[in-house]
Amino acid sequence: MADTMKLHYTVDADDFTVAGEASGAVKKVLKQLGFSSDIIRKVAVAMYECEINMVIHADGGVIDVEITPEKIRMIHSDKGPGIKDIEKAMQEGFSTADEKVRELGFGAGMGLPNMKRYTDEMNITTKIGEGTVVDMTVYVK
Amino acid sequence: MKLSEVKEILNAEVVAGEEFLDREVKSAFGSDLMSDVLAFVKDQALLLTGLVNGQVIRTAEMMDIKAIVFVRGKKPTEDIAELAKEYQMVVMTTDYTLYPSCGKLYCAGLVPNEERVD
Repeated sequence: MADTMKLHYTVDADDFTVAGEASGAVKKVLKQLGFSSDIIRKVAVAMYECEINMVIHADGGVIDVEITPEKIRMIHSDKGPGIKDIEKAMQEGFSTADEKVRELGFGAGMGLPNMKRYTDEMNITTKIGEGTVVDMTVYVK
Repeated sequence: MKLSEVKEILNAEVVAGEEFLDREVKSAFGSDLMSDVLAFVKDQALLLTGLVNGQVIRTAEMMDIKAIVFVRGKKPTEDIAELAKEYQMVVMTTDYTLYPSCGKLYCAGLVPNEERVD
């Protein structure tokens, strides 16, 4: 489709100083494309939380973003340890993050709930020892 | 409320964005937990926090927060201040702790539109 814009980012492992750069970059692109601030915020927050998760839990990974006038899809793929219990991970307050992460103001078990809160569709595919794919879509109404 | 008023009420020191003190904020949010900032902040808010690191600035950028007050006398390092300047944010630091900082601003009329979470 001609009006699909595709972006690709790599998230580095264990580097908190750059966590948020990919979501920041996408935010800028969406602003230039003229999306409403409401839509931009939803995408930016969902991506940012996911990016932080990739740094915390999964030694980084890759993000593919597809932008059309109708929707923005973000696919986050990592080769991390996988999520043992997705239902538990979706509960607000449940976290397996360590002290280092908490000192940064994260790791309070709000990551996945926040991603769900800000997106219209969210699918998690995970396999223990192989990795996780978080596929999120925000529709432009 | 104008940021210059916030500065005065909290007896704060401006560490970045001195030129933007004319800006208005319509509400405020006090938290050390950045995920809650991502979950609950609404438009044009002022962020009050005792957490000092680069992720505070990045979180603020995601939420279009243009002003941050570091409470409890916390001072951001040079690289954090630089990141804030890059995003054209106003950053202040006050010796008041979080509760009195919020209380003083609330009493002065900076009342949030929504006081409870959905």
